[in-house]
Amino acid sequence: MAHIQLKNITKVFGRHTALKNLNLEIEDGQFFVLLGETGAGKTTTLRLVAGLEKPTSGQIFIDGVDVGDWGAAERDVALVLQQYSLYPRYTVRENLEFPLKSKIRRVPDDEIKERVARAARTLRIEHLLERKTDRLSGGEMQRVSIGRAIVRKPRVFLMDEPLSALDAKLREALRTELKDLQRRLGATFLFVTHDQIEAMSMGDRVGVLNHGHLVQTGTPKEIYDNPRDTFVASFVGSPPMNLIDGSLAGGRAVIAPKTFELPYEGAVKSGANDRPLTFGIRPEDVVIEAGAPVPATVHDVENHGVEKIVTLRVGENTLRATVPASTQVEVEQDVRFAWNPKKVALFDKHSGISLRHAG
Amino acid sequence: MAAVTTSTERTLNKLAIAGVLIVTLIFLAPIYWIASTAFKPRNLSTTIPPTVVFTPEVSPFVKLFTKRSQLRSPPTPEEYAAAPWWERMVFDGGEKVVRDGKGNVQWSGYPSRFMNSLIVATISTILAVGMGTLTAYGFSRFKVKGEGDLLFFILSTRMLPPVVVAIPMFLMYRTFGLNDTHIGLIILYTAFNLSFSVWLMKGFMDEIPKEYEEAALVDGYTRMQAFFKVVLPEAATGIAATAVFCFITAWNEYAFALIMTNRRAQTAPPFIPSQVGSGLPDWTVIAAGTLLFLLPVAIFTFLLRNHLLRGVTFGAIRK
Ligand SMILES: Nc1ncnc2c1ncn2[C@@H]1O[C@H](COP(=O)(O)OP(=O)(O)OP(=O)(O)O)[C@@H](O)[C@H]1O
Ligand SMILES: [Mg+2]
Repeated sequence: MAHIQLKNITKVFGRHTALKNLNLEIEDGQFFVLLGETGAGKTTTLRLVAGLEKPTSGQIFIDGVDVGDWGAAERDVALVLQQYSLYPRYTVRENLEFPLKSKIRRVPDDEIKERVARAARTLRIEHLLERKTDRLSGGEMQRVSIGRAIVRKPRVFLMDEPLSALDAKLREALRTELKDLQRRLGATFLFVTHDQIEAMSMGDRVGVLNHGHLVQTGTPKEIYDNPRDTFVASFVGSPPMNLIDGSLAGGRAVIAPKTFELPYEGAVKSGANDRPLTFGIRPEDVVIEAGAPVPATVHDVENHGVEKIVTLRVGENTLRATVPASTQVEVEQDVRFAWNPKKVALFDKHSGISLRHAG
Repeated sequence: MAAVTTSTERTLNKLAIAGVLIVTLIFLAPIYWIASTAFKPRNLSTTIPPTVVFTPEVSPFVKLFTKRSQLRSPPTPEEYAAAPWWERMVFDGGEKVVRDGKGNVQWSGYPSRFMNSLIVATISTILAVGMGTLTAYGFSRFKVKGEGDLLFFILSTRMLPPVVVAIPMFLMYRTFGLNDTHIGLIILYTAFNLSFSVWLMKGFMDEIPKEYEEAALVDGYTRMQAFFKVVLPEAATGIAATAVFCFITAWNEYAFALIMTNRRAQTAPPFIPSQVGSGLPDWTVIAAGTLLFLLPVAIFTFLLRNHLLRGVTFGAIRK
């Protein structure tokens, strides 16, 4: 197992900069999730760590050693690719054996057998072992590629959206299993996904990537509670954080132009008062109750079983609230709402950066 | 496909099948002509109108493989009785089989020319496809400076008609002592087929996702091992198709073989028609030689037909 460090990594493809000054550290035994939209540079980051791509500038350290000149085989990492990772002419068993039969590893035959059997059992693909891989469904293929990684004992597991081809149920099951596996092995994981729920539920630490910039790293809780900017705020959480433009006046949030006013009880830094702001509030911190100060109209109601997501219309703004399923609301009904004044986040309107982070 | 076929569709279908049959027959006619002539008695080979019904005989093949000379006088009955069945066929044609001092039958030039063809075509095909595959892999997977220009340059070797380069090649070959050698022809055919092989294989290589090798690299294999274990099996279809094309080109090549070789390394194509000129043409022997000459390509193509069917579509059927 290993400690991974990326230092000032920049990667340019032709005229396109895929990664810009990326700094990233993954502790030994950590489950690190890299979260980002499509095209953010997630796969590129993985390929750099795996040694399939060379950085335009910057260094990569594995266990403190600069591996810039090392080939993929020497780095001893396991990679689960987003697609096409299985050898099409081989059976599932041959695919699983393949990494163990490499000359640089020399695993004895009976151990190969045992490790393949164990991986197959973990991933529930025992019945598929003798099948050719081009006869597998997408989900089965994905499980086999995960299997091909876990038969090894690599220094780090790199996984590129390994669960994206699976149906919801299997995804959930494998999420737990992967996390379990990682804990059992004490393995270092660099796991890439565009699914924020996956990131929040699996990661010890999460890094949010936006257009090649690593915007924020932190525990899922830190990222959720204290997003560094409006991008992270709107990317993480489902439904995402409400973002409303306004300004602070006398300890109150004034949503322009004259739509509503609500108290703000967070810390107020000097200078917060005289500039355009964006207020962020999580839907679960918006409350709908009869005695609340601000009137609004219900625009839409989504029923999610244990809870309802209510979209409110307030002047030109819309605001989402998560309320218990028992709350009686109907579309176009007039309601009143408030927010938890302690949970309001402040962002600079122009840069989008949280005032708490801006120092 | 529509489950219900209307009667017009059925008629159209029948017409199409008839059309295909006619075209097939037209293409098969020369082959039938050669095959039937190869089994005809000599006196029936040039009749007008052509003889269609005859008792097939193998005398053309006997003549094809043996060295013969004209009989001054017919064989004595003892000579005739002592001769084996195949030698009698030669006697019947007014010729005799040439034997050396010890009485061993002398072979004609055909078997050695045939072997020359096999050697030259096989080795040049292996070389052209092998080098072409590696070159194509390089072009397909690595950033090569001036890739487009280089590929164009490789192809440009095919742009001059063979006649134009024949004389300079001949002079060069004479200087280097490559005239009438197997090596000489092999080099020539390899060079000739290489451009074709590179281009064809480049198309196939581009079709193979590079993720396969990358997975192998990460799994602890070297680039070479990954190439042989993962890429090559995937490229089998393309290699088969390319090999068939290269083999056919080398096997059928006539002009250079005619110019560059005369005895030792001569291949079958220039040899077979040369038999027309020696003595009176015996078309049955020429047909027999031609028929045997067709076989290797037919067999080779037949063995690789499954690959070919997929290969000639340039990977379009592949997922
Ligand atoms: N080999 C390449 N040549 C040119 N551009 C590339 C190459 N690889 C990636 N890019 C570009 O770099 C950017 C980042 O790509 P990357 O594959 O890392 O995104 P990603 O975050 O993995 O996205 P996705 O979620 O869609 O997989 C994209 O804009 C992509 O077009
Ligand atoms: Mg990707």
